[in-house]
Amino acid sequence: MDKKFALDDDSVVVIIGSGAGGGTLADELTRQGVDVVILEAGKHHTQEDFENDEWAMFSKISWLDKRISAGGWHHTQTYPNLPAWIVKGVGGSTMHWSGVALRFTPHEFRIKSTYGEIAGANLLDWPVSYAELEPYYERAERKMGVAGTKASGLPPMPPSNHTKVIEAGARKLGYKEIVRPVASNTQPYDGRPACQQIGFCMQGCKVGAKWSTLYSEIPRAMKTGHAELRPQSMVLRIEHDKRGRASGVLYADKDGRQHLQKARVVCVAGNSIESPRLLLNSASSLFPNGLANSSGQVGRNYMNHTTAAALTINKGPVYMYRGFDIATVISDEVANRPERGFVGGYHLEGLALHLPFTAAFMKPGGWGREVTSALEQYDHMSCVWVCGEDLPQEENGITLHPTERDQHGLPIPIVTKTDHTNDAAMRRHGLVQWRKLSEAVGATRVIDMPPYPASHNMGTNRMSAKPRDGVLNKWGQTHDVKNLFVSDGSQFTSSGAANPTLTIVALAIRQAEYIAGAMKRREL
Amino acid sequence: MDNKIPPTSMRVLGKTVTLSRRGFLKGSGLTALGIGALSTGTLMTPARHALAADFANLGADVGKTLLVLARDIFPHDKISDRYYMLAIEPYDARCATDAALRTLITEGVAGLDRLARTRHDKPYAEVPTEAERVALLYTIEHGAFFQKIKGDMVTGFYNNKAVWPFFGEEGSAWEKGGYVNRGFDDIDWLAKA
Repeated sequence: MDKKFALDDDSVVVIIGSGAGGGTLADELTRQGVDVVILEAGKHHTQEDFENDEWAMFSKISWLDKRISAGGWHHTQTYPNLPAWIVKGVGGSTMHWSGVALRFTPHEFRIKSTYGEIAGANLLDWPVSYAELEPYYERAERKMGVAGTKASGLPPMPPSNHTKVIEAGARKLGYKEIVRPVASNTQPYDGRPACQQIGFCMQGCKVGAKWSTLYSEIPRAMKTGHAELRPQSMVLRIEHDKRGRASGVLYADKDGRQHLQKARVVCVAGNSIESPRLLLNSASSLFPNGLANSSGQVGRNYMNHTTAAALTINKGPVYMYRGFDIATVISDEVANRPERGFVGGYHLEGLALHLPFTAAFMKPGGWGREVTSALEQYDHMSCVWVCGEDLPQEENGITLHPTERDQHGLPIPIVTKTDHTNDAAMRRHGLVQWRKLSEAVGATRVIDMPPYPASHNMGTNRMSAKPRDGVLNKWGQTHDVKNLFVSDGSQFTSSGAANPTLTIVALAIRQAEYIAGAMKRREL
Repeated sequence: MDNKIPPTSMRVLGKTVTLSRRGFLKGSGLTALGIGALSTGTLMTPARHALAADFANLGADVGKTLLVLARDIFPHDKISDRYYMLAIEPYDARCATDAALRTLITEGVAGLDRLARTRHDKPYAEVPTEAERVALLYTIEHGAFFQKIKGDMVTGFYNNKAVWPFFGEEGSAWEKGGYVNRGFDDIDWLAKA
């Protein structure tokens, strides 16, 4: 059912972005009979377009519009124009995401209360607790089909060679919380087939076993007759009326023609770089510092997880790429134990890379036999990605370039990130633990890699109990503009140690309930 | 630590590639026959000239220098010159239309040769040992020329499907039904590790 809405139809909810946040919101709102227009900057790819090819898919689906890495992190050298590895297309980064569906732990919603004041950090508790979010986590797990959870009833993902070699080391090290909650079907579920252990999960799941809004939520929303999807529609600014209510959205279509879509409610879900950029670009005489930015926190507190990665050369072959990309998730280091020399915690995630990306990420800038002697052992490799809590710092964030403009004439975003000393200590700890784990099963060589461009972007429109501390209330509604919501990871008040997608989906389910209810009550 | 791998029933790859006819014609068959292992210097020269002769625009000498440089940057003894050639060949055509690239490459090669002549009285490609050549590269590794060649090699060489079998990389798997029935979980040496 291809529903069309008129540009001057001011009864619709306009959703900007179609990834984990926007796609879920569209599905949940349309189920409740709410009309939505989804504006997606990228193209509408299908599974036909997916290739088992790392670089081909990188070129095909990544958000490659120019961005600048700034600040003290290594990305200014290693990836100067690729601060984050995210997707531009219908389904957003749910095409690329690894499938790890972890919940936050309760203390991660209360970082200021738990960790206390930390110099240089801008800590704040979420205005929502784990207990409030728990039922939505369960709904998210059921919706996405997270293997090994009670909510979905799906059996756990069967262990691969890569799983087995990492878990053997983990057990020798005394780790016990070895889990693998991945949103990929272990048997047919929700109209999608079972995982065929193809690998290349992050290049877009060819069979659609891994959850993605591209083929789950978006088509379901369309079928209700309450949704219209407009791909290749880049939102340029959010307009408001004299009272300061969002009134519509100005966007450019694929030919660069501009249109103004009227709206009753606007929900921004463009990821933590584009969402604050859009609010900043929507500055007006009424909102001189950017829309919904009376706190000055729009674009600040950018978090992308404290990450590290390492490759291990094992004594026998592993072929880490055979099977589901995420080999395992070890959660023993997630608890807050400041005696380790840092607050917060991290996950150790086994994450397979194919040869081309291994060569690119192992030692950017490296060459010679130090590099090639390792790559020749590619079939013996296992690989870890450390995903740890990243403390919010006010100076880390998204700002607009003073002079450089994109193809639409908008200032390009500068992504500034400097590690906190806490991040450095955690990263070191994670890499040491991985080394011990690897050596416990006889690894012959362990190669620490610099963190590669993260796909996890959070915090740049954070939730806060008080309007002066953040941009959003506990529903993701902006403190300043009643009918303007943010529905992506930029809502996060803390990063936690969990991959963000499950929390984004849980928040979107909850936000949809709130929006639909408020619309029925004529509060919106 | 016992590093011997026990006998295995795991599905493992041979990490070898069948030599193509083109490889023999171009002379790189020498490497596969083991002659290349004796020396990367003078013995290889005729073979390299044959390969580099394709550099119609930049010339065979520049082609040969780039080939030696490419191998010194990412040396894999079991991979023959022609695979390195596949990574650097595109420069010849691109330099015909890209003046800035042409300048970068021709001046980069000339600079490297000058450096080699100062220290060894020979152009770079004739400097006999890898260790001596690598020592020269340490002085230019942060420059634009070296960075360009190295950066392009990361994709031009390692993203060439033809080299993947040498590393045990099997590439696209969906059309083969994934690995669900092809050894995603057949590791057999762990218990003894």
